[in-house]
Amino acid sequence: MFNFVNNRRYYFALSSVVIICGIIFAIISGLPWGIEFTGGSIMTIGFDEPVEKDNIASLFADKGHPEAQIQSIETDETKCGYIIQTKELTDAEQTQIANSLREIGMTGELEFDSVSNPIADEKARGAAIAVVIAAVAILIYISWAFRKLPKPFRYGTCAVIALIHDVLVVIAFFAIFGSTLNLEINLIFITGLLTVIGYSVNNTIVVFDRIRENLGKAGRQGFTTVVNNSLMETLSRSLNTSLTTLMAVASVYLFVGENIESFMLVLIVGIIAGTYSSLFIASQLLIVWETGEFGRLFRRTQTA
Amino acid sequence: MRTRDKVLLLLTVVLTALALMTLFWPSFGEAMNRDGLQLGLELEGGAHLVYEADFSELPEDTDPDDAMSGVMAVIEKRINTYGVSEPVIQKIGEDRILIQIPGIDDLEEAKARIGETALIKFKEFVLIEPENGGTPAQTTGSGVTTSPVTIIPIEGPLSEIPEFKGGSPVFFALLPDEDGNMDLTEVPKEEAKYKAIPATGVIGGKEIELTSQYFKGKVEVRTYSSNSQPELYFEWNSTGAELFQQITTRLSAKEENSVERRLGIFVGNVYEDAPHVNEPIRESGVITGLSYDEATHLQNFLNAGRIDVPLHTIEQHDVDPTLGDKFVDWSIQAGIIGMLLIIFFLIVYYRMPGAVASIALLIYAALVLAIFQLWPITLTLAGIAGFILSIGMAVDANVLIFERMKEEIRAGRTLRASMELGFNRAWSAIRDSNVSTLITCLVLGIMGNKLGAPSVEGFAWTLGIGVLMSMFSAIVITRTLMRFLGTTGVVNQRALYISAMQEKMLSGEGR
Repeated sequence: MFNFVNNRRYYFALSSVVIICGIIFAIISGLPWGIEFTGGSIMTIGFDEPVEKDNIASLFADKGHPEAQIQSIETDETKCGYIIQTKELTDAEQTQIANSLREIGMTGELEFDSVSNPIADEKARGAAIAVVIAAVAILIYISWAFRKLPKPFRYGTCAVIALIHDVLVVIAFFAIFGSTLNLEINLIFITGLLTVIGYSVNNTIVVFDRIRENLGKAGRQGFTTVVNNSLMETLSRSLNTSLTTLMAVASVYLFVGENIESFMLVLIVGIIAGTYSSLFIASQLLIVWETGEFGRLFRRTQTA
Repeated sequence: MRTRDKVLLLLTVVLTALALMTLFWPSFGEAMNRDGLQLGLELEGGAHLVYEADFSELPEDTDPDDAMSGVMAVIEKRINTYGVSEPVIQKIGEDRILIQIPGIDDLEEAKARIGETALIKFKEFVLIEPENGGTPAQTTGSGVTTSPVTIIPIEGPLSEIPEFKGGSPVFFALLPDEDGNMDLTEVPKEEAKYKAIPATGVIGGKEIELTSQYFKGKVEVRTYSSNSQPELYFEWNSTGAELFQQITTRLSAKEENSVERRLGIFVGNVYEDAPHVNEPIRESGVITGLSYDEATHLQNFLNAGRIDVPLHTIEQHDVDPTLGDKFVDWSIQAGIIGMLLIIFFLIVYYRMPGAVASIALLIYAALVLAIFQLWPITLTLAGIAGFILSIGMAVDANVLIFERMKEEIRAGRTLRASMELGFNRAWSAIRDSNVSTLITCLVLGIMGNKLGAPSVEGFAWTLGIGVLMSMFSAIVITRTLMRFLGTTGVVNQRALYISAMQEKMLSGEGR
């Protein structure tokens, strides 16, 4: 029988490496925050004739927005287009800029998104609160669901640590691949994250449920053995469920694409992280806690 | 089969039939008062706007809530004259309004249409002299006309609200309403008979237009007894009273019950109502003859216009409309492909129970889609993704049960006993794990609502419904079908549950 629990240090190390990479990337190049959370205005414009980026930059500087970030987008060979992000524009400024752009040959309508700073702050705060509330609600629910076991709070805590792990892995993924894959952290990202939280806990609970059942008939087996058996017994279920869910999500990712890619990536990365954490993090933490090897664990991880 | 199983089997069949009827027989869906799946803004494209109301100039006697419902009523009126299907106009928190207008890709036009303030204007109706020798319509004593009569609202020289950019003027005719009364109705310009000019008076040698800003205090609906008509009370300040006296004196001199004797109430440039004027009125008056709904509706408008509540745009998004049709097609494709993959996997891996679970999964999909059809949920980009995700998760409960069943079979129990044990023992895991998903759905739903993100709310709803239905599907549908098959005896062969390879692996493990 495969021994899950003996190699736990390596599982923790792997997760730490991924998360630390994410943190390093986040420090170096920042997280790809979307306009919903940063505030400001963003617009997409197109020209039939090529227009120099510098012309656009000076146009925005003239209108009092030297901070405008201009990024060219790929269009047909003869045409050109830009995505421009500025601080929040007032309605009047918006009209003025649209008129000036038309004068230098902008075609079509100005596609315009704008979020004021207070709203952006509020959204970011609201999203953070939602994640925290979801985590706390789950902690309470699991502690309640496992109330008949000794120390039910530990189950809740370990499940929540596992879900924080999943959240961090997803954020790490966005920090590392954000600019390459053109990903964005916005409200839909948070929606995906919360879904992942629900899903990850779902998986963890199934394992815990088996531990709960096996502890009841454990006899002389030690806690570690019970956990290992429970993991073995639920392994095929964990993998099969993740597989079917991934099949559904991957078909949306591949066949729908566009606009929804970011969301689906959150789900795909999150489901994989969630499956990993339910097998290799949550239950292993229970053992670490039970055997009181927290202190030792961290020392060894660093040298490992 | 026990009676309970028979009842459950019947329930399953009936529900499936209802779901299929809803999906494939449109008139049945219509009978349930719904006209099919509704697509959210991301799918149809359009304008997403969030406004913040500025209450800083609100008079002390006014409750911001009242002011807000007035503003909402006015915005609703303006947007509805667009003729768009299903605009979203939703209050967020205390002082914000979320507006989503499908099909409008010009934000500037939408913003001009919604306007910055909610001023109510009053207009008089003037007969237009026929230009090409056309016969003027007969205005009978009862106000009932024999041919369509049109009123064109025309802004006078004192107009404060400019023509909406890109918006066309609105024209009306007298046409019978549902009670058979001749009333003002929108018609094309060509049949114009009357035009509306601003109702003005002269104070100190200056011509001044009567608007809602001259109301003193709140306009109020009062009903004196349960069966009496509601009456709408209003009072003018000194300027308003002077203007109103001049206007009503002029109007009440017109022929009794003629259109010229009516005073038009307009929200900006959009017609709302036109009560007849009985006699000259100065400070205060009452509008009678309205139903209770009409009276409260009009009350909202007049109160909204009484005070100046400036609106500031705090969020705006242009949503690309081209995604719509393609997205729905792709989603259907993705759903079908995802479903086929899952069914293939279930049958190969779990054999007979897998086939049963596949049937349960198809029934599940039909049920959930039928619920979406009947329930007022707007399907959004994220919502459809939520549904497809829930297909994947719906399998989870079945997988839990079947894995459990296999274990019991390995432990040497009979197939029948294993089946029952599988369902019973998997239940606690199914319950606990799904509750955690439902908790996150609830948090998401509330977050989406508070932050004015209908797409997040839609996702929470679809996933939540999906999770609930998946529990029902696994516990009731799969189980009932399995028991039903169990009674036939044909399927009670071990090979239908565990493949030879798996048997070998298991014996190799020494179980």
